Amino acid sequence: MSLILLIEQILNGLQFGIMLFLMAAGLTLIFGVMGLINLAHGSLYMIGAFCAAAVAGATGSFLLGLIAALAGAAIAGALVELVVIRRLYTKDHLDQVLATFALILIFSEGTRWLFGSFPLFLNIPDALSGPVTLPGGIEYPLYRLTLIIVGLLVAAGLFLLISRTRLGIQIRAGENDREMIAALGVDIAKLYTIVFALGAALAGLAGALVGAIQSVQVGMGEPVLILAFVVIVIGGIGSIKGALIGAILVGLTDTLGGIFLPELMKLFFSPATATSVGSSIASMSIYILMAAVLVLRPTGLFGARA
Amino acid sequence: MKQTLLAAVAALSLSVAAASAEPVKVGMITTLSGGGAGLGIDVRDGFMLAVKQSGNEDIEVIIEDDQRKPDVAVKLADKLVQAENVDVLTGLIWSNLAMAVIPSVTAQGKFYLSPNAGPSMLAGKGCHPNYFNVAWQNDNLHEAAGAFANVEGYKNSFILAPNYPAGKDALTGYKRLYKGDLAGELYTKLGQTDYAAELAQIRASGADSVYFFLPGGMGISFLKQYAGSGIDLPVDGPAISFDQGILQAVGDAALGVRNTSQWSKDINTPVNKSFVESFQVEYGRLPSLYASQGFDTANLLLSAMAKADVKDADAFREALQEADFKSTRGEFRFGPNNHPIQDIYVREVIKEGDVFTNKIIGKALNSHSDAYWSECKM
Repeated sequence: MSLILLIEQILNGLQFGIMLFLMAAGLTLIFGVMGLINLAHGSLYMIGAFCAAAVAGATGSFLLGLIAALAGAAIAGALVELVVIRRLYTKDHLDQVLATFALILIFSEGTRWLFGSFPLFLNIPDALSGPVTLPGGIEYPLYRLTLIIVGLLVAAGLFLLISRTRLGIQIRAGENDREMIAALGVDIAKLYTIVFALGAALAGLAGALVGAIQSVQVGMGEPVLILAFVVIVIGGIGSIKGALIGAILVGLTDTLGGIFLPELMKLFFSPATATSVGSSIASMSIYILMAAVLVLRPTGLFGARA
Repeated sequence: MKQTLLAAVAALSLSVAAASAEPVKVGMITTLSGGGAGLGIDVRDGFMLAVKQSGNEDIEVIIEDDQRKPDVAVKLADKLVQAENVDVLTGLIWSNLAMAVIPSVTAQGKFYLSPNAGPSMLAGKGCHPNYFNVAWQNDNLHEAAGAFANVEGYKNSFILAPNYPAGKDALTGYKRLYKGDLAGELYTKLGQTDYAAELAQIRASGADSVYFFLPGGMGISFLKQYAGSGIDLPVDGPAISFDQGILQAVGDAALGVRNTSQWSKDINTPVNKSFVESFQVEYGRLPSLYASQGFDTANLLLSAMAKADVKDADAFREALQEADFKSTRGEFRFGPNNHPIQDIYVREVIKEGDVFTNKIIGKALNSHSDAYWSECKM
């Protein structure tokens, strides 16, 4: 295994992690501020991808597609919050899970009804297609490199938003004590809608960015949703910093595990068995990571001490 | 004398009428929602088109959605067999679901006609007289691709497939006829959508060609990422990875790619031409491989219904084995394990106007059977 391959795989893990972060950031904000488990977050990811594919298909512009993804997912998120989620804050988590699971089914079948069952076409813009040569002779797809940069910029923006702005102060205060900030005159209902729409927009952005290199189809959000939950459990629920570190850990573990575990198994088994055993363990690796983190730090890496 | 003859004719016509008076109940379990829905919808539409064209009123089809989940498929099969008491089951797309359902329904004396899944276990030791596969044994298209790789002169292929029964059949099939070396062999997660890690391995492996089997959305992701990776090796796959339903989503990245198939929309027979035309009229889209398989499955069933009563299992089984129907793919007959013996073509992805589709560029295998029939004892 050459050094170049290793670096390329680390970049791949990083890119995967950063995209997971966009999903997990919204999920962890919503859970942290409102105490709500939102299973329909994967549907917002799907909505972002479908908005981008539809608008990019109609206008030919990937950038307009991205804007549509952000707007579409934010609007869908705000609507969902106003119509459904608002009624769930006082209910227990089981009711929230049931209601948001119903939303997954409604969004999936609604999308199928609008767009059909066949995957949509969404491609990366020509300017970003093809590989670039990095220092050291590493060939890496330009688009994936762009994803890493965009994701890091969004992460930086989020940190600034949370730590430096009035809205950020309200969000942090909301995480600490909901009743108190309502008593201090902050319009908590409006804050909830804004946070939910913000989380939805991040998910939609991730859906559109990833949709361009994967397939835009109904049900694309659910596998990512499961990983995003793993990320926020590892990172600590409610913590944006935890979500970033957790996402990168999960991304690296998943990518590098998929490469190295089959190689490692080859020391013990025949190549065919090694591939199959190694791949099986690799698909468990992130859950093993999660279990290990929970044993050492039951509230996650950056979770508030419960 | 004349009167006896008349009576005989009358009796005969009565018995014929009796044979067809009993409607055949068909239970179709297929994937109509979730990620793999495009395949199930095509099978269903192809099947129902054939039923509609036949004008046969004696067939009742109950359609159920398995959501690509084995447990759901098993529950639906139990319901169809026990509550609905269907005579024939069909429809399953995925081999892992097929393995969960087919052995149990055939053991209960029902017929199963597979429009897609053809796991190796059911073609060899696990074969059953009531199980007929109208599509293929899973290895078939991959065997053809292996044979085609020899023709193309590939010496060092990199091969990959998802880690599930059909994925293992795929790579086994490719290796069966392929004579070169392997630069690498990978099993990916079922449902995986990011192939960056695999692509990096392909790049580092020194392969001279890539063969992949990734059905549905997995294939779309792989091809788009392959095109963006800058790897410049010829890439081949089975028709499954380049089918009508997914080509539009892949776009230019698929142009010129070769794939192996037992069917193509440009097979030049009157049956196929009329199928392609009527499918487009009925549903407003080009038919896929899966649609042709659904269409053939229904026509096989209809041909057997014309010959025997489904309640007379032995006669009905013989009628099915004769495969006395006009297949969209031309020549079609069953081998001793009730799997098809058929030609397999090589197709190339082209652009017709704005639409991506396939055209035949040659034949990979003639009257090809499968590798497991000798293990089948029935």
